[in-house]
Amino acid sequence: MQFLTIIFSLMAYGAAAVFVFGILCKIMVYAKTPSPLKIPTTPAPTTSFGAAVRVLSEVLLFRSLYRSNKWTWLGGVVFHWAFLFVVLRHLRYFLYPLPAWDMKLQYIGIVAGIVLPIAVLYLLMRRTTVDRTVFISSLADYFALTLIFFIAGTGLMMKFYERPFMVDIKGFVYGLATFNFSAVPTDPVFLVHFTLVMILLAYFPYSKLVHAPGIFFSPTRNQADNPRERRHVNPWSPNLT
Amino acid sequence: MAKVKVEVPELTGEITIPGLKEDAAAAVKSHNAPAKDMTDLGFPTELVPDWKEKAVAKFAELLKKYRSLKVYMDICVKCGACTDKCHFYLSTKDPRNMPVARAELLRKVYRRYFTTAGKVLGKLAEAEDLTKEVLEEWYTYFYQCTECRRCSLFCPYGIDTAEITMAAREMMDTVGLGAKYPLQTINKAITIGNNLGMPGPAIRSTLDFMEEDVKEQTGVPVKFPMDVKGADVLLITPSADFFATPHVESLAGYAKVFHQAGISWTLSSYASEAGNFGMFNGNYEHMQKIASRIKVAINELKPKRLVHGECGHAWRVAYSFWNTLIGPFDSLDPKYPAPQHICEFTYDLINRGALKLDKTANDDFVVTFHDSCNVARASRMGNSPGGQFEIPRAIIRATCNKFVDMHPDTIREKTFCCGAGGGLLADEIIDLRIKGVMPRMQAYKAVKDSHGANFFALICAICKAQFTKVFPYYGYEMEEVGGVHQLVSRAIVLGGKEGI
Repeated sequence: MQFLTIIFSLMAYGAAAVFVFGILCKIMVYAKTPSPLKIPTTPAPTTSFGAAVRVLSEVLLFRSLYRSNKWTWLGGVVFHWAFLFVVLRHLRYFLYPLPAWDMKLQYIGIVAGIVLPIAVLYLLMRRTTVDRTVFISSLADYFALTLIFFIAGTGLMMKFYERPFMVDIKGFVYGLATFNFSAVPTDPVFLVHFTLVMILLAYFPYSKLVHAPGIFFSPTRNQADNPRERRHVNPWSPNLT
Repeated sequence: MAKVKVEVPELTGEITIPGLKEDAAAAVKSHNAPAKDMTDLGFPTELVPDWKEKAVAKFAELLKKYRSLKVYMDICVKCGACTDKCHFYLSTKDPRNMPVARAELLRKVYRRYFTTAGKVLGKLAEAEDLTKEVLEEWYTYFYQCTECRRCSLFCPYGIDTAEITMAAREMMDTVGLGAKYPLQTINKAITIGNNLGMPGPAIRSTLDFMEEDVKEQTGVPVKFPMDVKGADVLLITPSADFFATPHVESLAGYAKVFHQAGISWTLSSYASEAGNFGMFNGNYEHMQKIASRIKVAINELKPKRLVHGECGHAWRVAYSFWNTLIGPFDSLDPKYPAPQHICEFTYDLINRGALKLDKTANDDFVVTFHDSCNVARASRMGNSPGGQFEIPRAIIRATCNKFVDMHPDTIREKTFCCGAGGGLLADEIIDLRIKGVMPRMQAYKAVKDSHGANFFALICAICKAQFTKVFPYYGYEMEEVGGVHQLVSRAIVLGGKEGI
């Protein structure tokens, strides 16, 4: 029992450390790599504020994907928003006492939890039925989707099928977050769910999932179209003789 | 030149997404660059013995220099949004012409040498050694990309295949694997001053001929000045404008506009090229060297304004990059953004009522407008986003009575490439060029059938050369292709009202 707690606690800290370290490293590399030239995909906003709105429209609404393919867009948007609300709902394991806004998130979080695996299946189906996406898909693409499917599945099992004692789970997770340790619940479904999430965390920074921080650094989207108004300087440009 | 076997796609007026035909375009290859050009440009003449180490080292250098490349190597999720957007995939059906699969050729090598997972897991993490076979694939497919950025428009992360293609070509050049057409062109631009390798006296004599020609047709002594110091405008235009058809018709148009506006202007024999193929092959120094000739010309001729002729990729370099490469332009009149596009210049004059235009001169034509990719997706005209679409169309509407746009999914920022940009305007790949233009031809056929369109207006020297070459294969007359300023040239009423 105590052994199991130590193993899972170490795993949690390890995965969190890998996640945070990995993401910070990526962000630092992206941030310090220069953009020598102005390359926004035009027509583009002419101000930095406009460019920020453009990036947000991609992050929140998947604007370019919408222009490309409505069905992929639908799957992508539903998947990501469902994922977001599921994560937000899980804040209740980290907060004590529960704030009022978090209580309000519970219902939409559960709906999102049901929608999430359906969206994953939809994306998997699309990936395996369109000849073009079959050609470009690889193990990593199936792995990410499958992992999230099982995370969602085990989560739903605990909600609707065999409910472990929530107070124990909160005690464990809250304990990890506040360094005030308590025993890990021994419910096998929970242990599987928890382990898969840790795998996802550790996998995140070293896979295509870095598209999450990466999109903020995409020059074709985050640059303002203002080369006339403001001279863009290339830091490594050789001097003109 | 030996006759190359070509296959012309059937025109139906519709663009359909084909099924995959693996390796359909695997045999399409641009010719290798001659040893002389490689040497002149500082590249080895053939594959160097330690090419693998050199290529990986270059890759590492580019990853440190270009945020675009670094981020775009990492973040593709293979959603498939780009898979049906490339004209070369739509026409050759080769899956490696899907932008994501093209980029994957580079990404698999990136994973092998620059990611932990790739180093440890190898194939399992989709990582692959840089082998001769991979290098061959690069040469094949990175010279089947016109860097038109249509895929980038539709990518949810804005992944720009042009950036990836440029990097791959730069790596190949560095180890001694260069393509003839783009590298020869770069070499000529750097050493002689223009892509066609025309010396100053040759340009002067064509300009003399044009002066006579315009005088004969109109009776008005329109001048084509060169190397005049202190003129109001220095015109930088693609060298094709000096001798190619229909390019020269637009040059006549610019000259008439300047004449009628009473604005003095000049060309430069030293900076006799707007085009900059340095961009296509991703070599910053070449690009800067070519551009720096313009800076020299400005310092020498001391113009007040800089105006840019009809050329697509050149306008991208001029509008987006010149300020970084050779700016700031402190000696120019601060009232005019440097450089201005000739369309902005003419549009401004039209708006101010400074030009008299007789639309009936173009009554034989039902005009449609082809947005060239680098103008549409990599630059701007005027003060607001999208001016690059509105201004040329406004000029066309002011110069002719019948204008029709092609299908909305094929114009403005969604425009389809001519199939020969990015250094692919080479004879040996004519079959690829004929295929690559197919989506554009489908859209043109549709407005031909519905509205009787018979004049294909555009503002790009490469597009003009490509369309005049491929139109006959599709059964259309090459005379249907022409510049926007060709329409201006026909409609403008010379004399009468001088000056503004």
